[in-house]
Amino acid sequence: MILASVLTTNLAILVLAGFIGFVVISKVPNTLHTPLMSGTNAIHGIVLLGGLLLLGLPGLDGLSKGLLVIAVAFGTINIVGGFLVTDRMLEMFKSKPKPSPKAEVEPEDEEASK
Amino acid sequence: MNPPLATTFLQSESFIYVLYIVAFGLFIQGLRGLSGPTGAVRGNRTAAVGMAIAVVATLLNPGEGNWGLIALGLALGTAVGVPAARNVKMTAMPQMVALFNGVGGGAVALISWVEFRHYGSTYGSHTIHLFGETGSVAITAGGPPTYVAIFSVFAAIVGSISFWGSNIAFGKLQEVIPGRPISFGSAQQGVNAVLLILALAAGIDLVAGAHSELLFIGMLIVAALLGNAVVLPIGGADMPVVISMLNAFTGLSAAATGMALNNPALIVAGMIVGASGTILTNLMATAMNRSIPAIVAGGFGGGGAVEGASGAGEHAGTVRSTTAADAAIQLAYASRVVVVPGYGMAVAQAQHAVRELASELEQRGVDVKYAIHPVAGRMPGHMNVLLAEADVPYDQLKEMDDINPEFQRTDVSLVIGANDVTNPAAHNTPSSPIYGMPILEVDDSRSIIVIKRSMNPGFAGIENELYFDPKTSMLFGDAKSAVSEITAELAQL
Repeated sequence: MILASVLTTNLAILVLAGFIGFVVISKVPNTLHTPLMSGTNAIHGIVLLGGLLLLGLPGLDGLSKGLLVIAVAFGTINIVGGFLVTDRMLEMFKSKPKPSPKAEVEPEDEEASK
Repeated sequence: MNPPLATTFLQSESFIYVLYIVAFGLFIQGLRGLSGPTGAVRGNRTAAVGMAIAVVATLLNPGEGNWGLIALGLALGTAVGVPAARNVKMTAMPQMVALFNGVGGGAVALISWVEFRHYGSTYGSHTIHLFGETGSVAITAGGPPTYVAIFSVFAAIVGSISFWGSNIAFGKLQEVIPGRPISFGSAQQGVNAVLLILALAAGIDLVAGAHSELLFIGMLIVAALLGNAVVLPIGGADMPVVISMLNAFTGLSAAATGMALNNPALIVAGMIVGASGTILTNLMATAMNRSIPAIVAGGFGGGGAVEGASGAGEHAGTVRSTTAADAAIQLAYASRVVVVPGYGMAVAQAQHAVRELASELEQRGVDVKYAIHPVAGRMPGHMNVLLAEADVPYDQLKEMDDINPEFQRTDVSLVIGANDVTNPAAHNTPSSPIYGMPILEVDDSRSIIVIKRSMNPGFAGIENELYFDPKTSMLFGDAKSAVSEITAELAQL
């Protein structure tokens, strides 16, 4: 009975999380597709937690430990690399402080001709 | 075996859960930010903070151990991930994302493998302590409940597919592997089906209690072959969609791992990625005018080539269409924009609309210039006249020889109704009728937006290779209304 409730609770979480995922990404401009993909990509690096939890198990043999270290390393690459790359991509969308090599004064444009 | 963790740790268990819940909130908030232009940077950082909290919460787990190995894994991952992300060239971004996605899938597969090793030895003889995560779960003799094995095996298969599929995608984008489809031809679908059935059969056997680790490894290998077999036949141009699809797969496999480990953080984060990744894959496919089944069956149907590609030689690729809203965002975040007007602008009498767009951009600090090709329009100076009529300052109008060196430093070239004067075939394709004609080298700029009524060829009656350039997006429509729409969208940003 308790088992069933653990399973059903987790299934409920699973289903609700799925709906959240659908709802959050409703309308995305094309320009942001790649950064968004990269950002969600970083989030599934959460599998790192699985590796961390398993490393806490007693009685792991050498091979298991080795596999888990690789898994933790992979998960870390996924997270750290993913977020950093996304950040770099998004930096490009920020309006840069523009060096204006030529003083092209616009008669009707107050903003540009400061 | 774990010491029974019951009430003594309840406090910290609850605390860990609270931290997880905070992390979920940050993930969701972060993704919301990432789906709009204004909050994207903050969104990404929000999600990263959520991740850090989730990791710390997990390390607080009372059953945690092997700290040296944990530190080793984290250090290795950081040592590889940070420089890779820092140093990768902007043009190589997609394959970097593929690689990061792949290692995520690999981690899932390895974790499932260790789960199997652990359970395999204790099967049927041990108390289940679902990894000390929740004291309340320790129950029943007789091995883990069947669903744990099902989710674990599912995660192993999908993780392995994702790992290998992503690596192939990386190889193709990096041009380590030829970008063109590689396939078994008409046997491809059959091969894929056989591999899938083999993997599933092995999985079912394992769930049913086959204790063979060899069988598990065999299953991972079959799934690996399947990952290769699915992605190899897909052409390079469709790769971004494929990566997004594999990204969703990895998310799902992470969620499955969470179900097996009874860890809500994995379930929530994995499932959100699985769901949003699926939506995103669909959006990307739509934006590229492709359907997902057509892409996956690409090698089979030989898709990917453009119909009507002729004259200027072979260019495998697809035309990407965009919307006024996207074009506005692209322009707003540029620092240098070059407008390339052509006959289309003249026909639509769009010069005033263009002038308004340029003013709007300049108010945002964007540097706007106009590139005037000698034969743009139907007469020399046609464009200069029209633009002067719209009060475009003369010194912003640049002649071809002056502006060509500048395209390399241009973020967005906005081609308005110009065609042949931008066709790179004049440089690249000796067989082309316009080979040798001087052109505006817009294909040197970082991205190109082409406003055009249709895909009809221009005056010279030949295809324009520029439209098939991956940097190019097409905004179909009348020049005047399209430009006005962009201006309107820009005003709302």
